[in-house]
Amino acid sequence: MGQDKRKSGFLLLLLFLVVLVIGINAGEVATVWEKAVSICLACIGIG
Amino acid sequence: MWSLRRWIQSAATVLSNPYVLFPFTRNLYQGKLKSVCAPGLNCYSCPAATGACPIGALQTIFANVRPSFKAGNFHIGLYVLGLLGITGSLVGRMPCAWLCPFGFLQELIHKIPSRKIEIPHWMIYIKYGFLALFVILLPLIVVDGFGYGTTWFCKYVCPAGTLEAGIPILILQPQLRELAGWLYVNKIAILALFLVLMVFIRRPFCRIVCPLGAIYSLFNKVSVFRMVHHPDKCVMCKECYNGCPMGVKFYEGANQLDCIRCLKCMQESCKFYAISYEIAGLPVQEKEGRKKAITADQV
Repeated sequence: MGQDKRKSGFLLLLLFLVVLVIGINAGEVATVWEKAVSICLACIGIG
Repeated sequence: MWSLRRWIQSAATVLSNPYVLFPFTRNLYQGKLKSVCAPGLNCYSCPAATGACPIGALQTIFANVRPSFKAGNFHIGLYVLGLLGITGSLVGRMPCAWLCPFGFLQELIHKIPSRKIEIPHWMIYIKYGFLALFVILLPLIVVDGFGYGTTWFCKYVCPAGTLEAGIPILILQPQLRELAGWLYVNKIAILALFLVLMVFIRRPFCRIVCPLGAIYSLFNKVSVFRMVHHPDKCVMCKECYNGCPMGVKFYEGANQLDCIRCLKCMQESCKFYAISYEIAGLPVQEKEGRKKAITADQV
């Protein structure tokens, strides 16, 4: 049980590392950047 | 005397918002760092922000899923989910306590002397509704004729966005003031409500609404860093609960959903060494002599 708990964090870490790499390869970094560099009208409450 | 955590919270707030040129450019920072999500809730439309808000970024991707698929890009938020998942897998909800500027603000405002109020425990589950509905489902499902959705949480709820972006942007860009209507009033009202609640309730936004905290909280029980409760040393004095910025009853069990791993209970509240933490299952002991240990027999 303790061993399983110990492993679970690292297994999840590995899983999300893979998810991150897939997202980067899909070009999602540029999508996030494009959104983040322009004023978000919804965020500021006017759009 | 400020604790180490206060200094780190201050540093994180500054490092999340270090773009000091905004009064001159009257615009947002547009460098490459904006493609990296900040670990805490920090609006990317804040003129000083140099990172992206993970919750804003997720909603944007979900809101644009259909056009993205039509264009053959297949962007479904894996980059942001990967970043959040890595953070969560390592430390669970710890960024809420140490790195989130909006969490820091709530703790500072809560120091204003007043009668303090405790919320019913069931209210901590409301944030999962905000996450499911406002961050995931509504941006995905409610779309216009071209297939574009909207960022529901940013648009109708987020008081951090109003404080960090809504107010400063309208000061910097007067031409946008004409566009401010009922939506802006709604956001200001929500911000005002939470600013008042912060005085009386411990971190009300984090506990009731925050979708980012909701995501991180799901990792608390399985993360590499975990809190440990020692029932054999615990005398149920409830000092951990009294001092907890999130109102967590640690004596009922470690790694609860709302535990943000601020370590205040371990370092300041508990005099019985009933609280510790472990990294990758390996126990980390507090340095002896840091505080005077009191055994249960002495009570």
